[in-house]
Amino acid sequence: MPTDAHGHDPAITRDEVAHLAHLARIDLTEAELDHLAPQLAEILDSIASIREVAADDIPPTSHSVPLTNVFRADEVRPGLSAADALAGAPECEQQRFRVPRILGEEA
Amino acid sequence: MTTTTELMPYDEALARFDPVLGLEVHVELNTVSKMFCGCPTEFGAEPNTQVCPTCLGLPGALPVLNGKAVEAAIRIGLALNCSIAEWCRFARKNYFYPDMPKNFQTSQYDEPIAFDGWTEVTVPNEDGDGEPFRVEIERAHMEEDTGKSLHVGGSTGRIHGADYSLLDYNRAGVPLIEIVTKPVEGAGEKAPEVARAYVAQLRDLLLALGVSDVRMEQGSLRCDVNLSLRPDPSAELGTRSETKNVNSLRSVERAVRYEVTRQAARLSAGDKVVQETRHWHEDTGVTTSGRSKEQAEDYRYFPEPDLVPIAPSREWVEELRGTLPEPPREHRARLQAEWEFSELEMRDVVGAGALSSVEQTVAAGASPQLAKKWWLSELARRANETGVEITALPITPEQVAGVQALVDAGRVNDKLARQVFDGVLAGEGSPEEVVAARGLEVVSDDSALGAAVDRAIEANPDIAAKIRDGKQAAAGALIGAVMKEMRGQADAARVRELILERLS
Repeated sequence: MPTDAHGHDPAITRDEVAHLAHLARIDLTEAELDHLAPQLAEILDSIASIREVAADDIPPTSHSVPLTNVFRADEVRPGLSAADALAGAPECEQQRFRVPRILGEEA
Repeated sequence: MTTTTELMPYDEALARFDPVLGLEVHVELNTVSKMFCGCPTEFGAEPNTQVCPTCLGLPGALPVLNGKAVEAAIRIGLALNCSIAEWCRFARKNYFYPDMPKNFQTSQYDEPIAFDGWTEVTVPNEDGDGEPFRVEIERAHMEEDTGKSLHVGGSTGRIHGADYSLLDYNRAGVPLIEIVTKPVEGAGEKAPEVARAYVAQLRDLLLALGVSDVRMEQGSLRCDVNLSLRPDPSAELGTRSETKNVNSLRSVERAVRYEVTRQAARLSAGDKVVQETRHWHEDTGVTTSGRSKEQAEDYRYFPEPDLVPIAPSREWVEELRGTLPEPPREHRARLQAEWEFSELEMRDVVGAGALSSVEQTVAAGASPQLAKKWWLSELARRANETGVEITALPITPEQVAGVQALVDAGRVNDKLARQVFDGVLAGEGSPEEVVAARGLEVVSDDSALGAAVDRAIEANPDIAAKIRDGKQAAAGALIGAVMKEMRGQADAARVRELILERLS
C-alpha cells in the first residue's frame, strides 16, 4: 500500500481514482493519474478534518437547509415544444434525439 | 441463436432443486404530471412533446417533488403492510446511458419510503381450492421512469448491430414505484403459480388503490423475475438470473418455469448459472442472455442535493391508511359471498385476471353470473386470440354491462350481442352506437315478424299441419326459418307466439 507524504495510507488510492475516472467516463493518462491521485487524496484529508470537530451529537447531513416535505401539486405545466427541446441536440431524426450506438450495455 | 439451450423437464428439475424467486415490479403512477416537473404523463403522445428543462436535464433546472406521487407511494406501502419511513431521501443513481438525459436517475437507495411488508396471495392446490401463500416485501421506493430508445439499423432491431439510437424523453421522469420482494422461499413446484398470483394480486391491489392504470402491455406495470436454484431448502441461495420486462401474467408464470428448467439443466451438467440479466421472448417463450452482472454495478449513489428529505408525519400516514381499499383476500372472499360463486367459479375469474373487470361490470348493473359469462367466454376468447390480457381489451366493464342491458331489454339476443362486442372492440363506439350503426336490434315489431311468419307457414305446409294437430314441438323448425329470413335479428319468443297464434 503506497503512503502519502506524511507516511499515512492515502484517503484514496491511485487505483480507486482510475476506477472512478472510468465510471465517470473521464479519460486520464498514466501521467495525469500520477499527478491527480495524490491531490485528490490531499483534498479528502482536508475535508476529513471536519470529523475532528463533529461530535456524536451532530448528525451527518446532506442538505444545508433544515427543510423537509417540499411538494408541488400534481398539475400539468407547459414545457418545451419538440422543436425547442431538440434545438440543442447535435443530431435529431424522427423528432427524436439521435445518439451514437451504445456498446457493451443492453437496453 | 446459434447454440441450443439444454432444458431439464420441469418435474425432474423440481425433484432435484428448490427454486427461490424474487420479483421486482415497476409501477408507473397515474399522476397527471411527472415526478419532478409539470410535464404531462399521458401515454402515446408524439415524441418529445412532453418534456421540459427539468426532465431533459438541462443546466440550471431544478426538480420539485410531486406530492401526489409521495401520497401514492405511502398508500402502496401501507397496502403491502410495510413500515413507512419517518424520514428518507432521494439519491442519484449515476450511469451513462442515453435513456436518462441527466446521466443519473433520481431514485431512492438505502432509505426507501416503505419497507418490511408482506402480502398474502392465493395459489390453487391439487384439490382445486385456494391456498394462502405469504410473500414478504423488502421495500417499495420512489423513482422516475426513463426515456424510450429506438435502435436503428442492424438486422434484428435490437441494440446489437444497431447503427445508432433515437431517444424520446416523454416517459423520462414519469413517477415510478419499484416494489421488491424478499427472496420467496418454500414455493417449491408452485413457484410459477406463486409468481403469477403475486403479480396478479399486485395489479388488482394497485387498481383498487387507484394509483396506476396497471396496463402491462403499455408498460405501466413491468416485472423483472429473479430466479435461483439450490439443491435443497436448507442450502445457501444459488446464483440468480434476472429476467427483464416480463410483461404479462402468463409470461411471468412461463418465465419462471423456463428458468427453472434451464438452470436445472446447467447445474446438473456441472455448469454454473451465470449471474446476468436475461431477456424474455414473448413469442418463443424462452429467455436469452443479456448483460453479464459478474462485476457488481457501481452507481455511485449519493443523496440528491436538489430535493429536500421527506418526513411523512404519522398523522398523514394514518390519514392515508384510512383511505386504503379492502385487503385482497378479504375483498375476494366478500365478492365470492356476494356473488354466490363457488370456489371453482371464483378461481376461474381470478385466474383469468378478470376479477376487477367482473366486479366493475357488476357495479355497472350486470348480474354476477352474466358478467362472468361475457368476460370468461366471449371476451377471454378474444383476448386469447389477440394475445393480450383481458383487461387490455379495448372495452370497458361499463360497456360490457351495457351489452347485457341490451340483452335484458330484449333488444338484442346473445348472438347479436357477440356482434355488438365485435363493434365495440373494433372501436365503433358504445354498444348503443354499434347497434344503431350496424342495425343489430332484434325485430319484435309484429307486422314485420307476422309477414315473415306467414311466409314460413306457406313455405312449410307439412310442418304447419303438424302444429295445427297439436305438435307444438314442431314450431322450432318454423322459428328457425323465420330467424333465418330475419338474419338472426328476430325476437325468437315473440316469433313462437305468433306462430302458435296462427296455427291454433
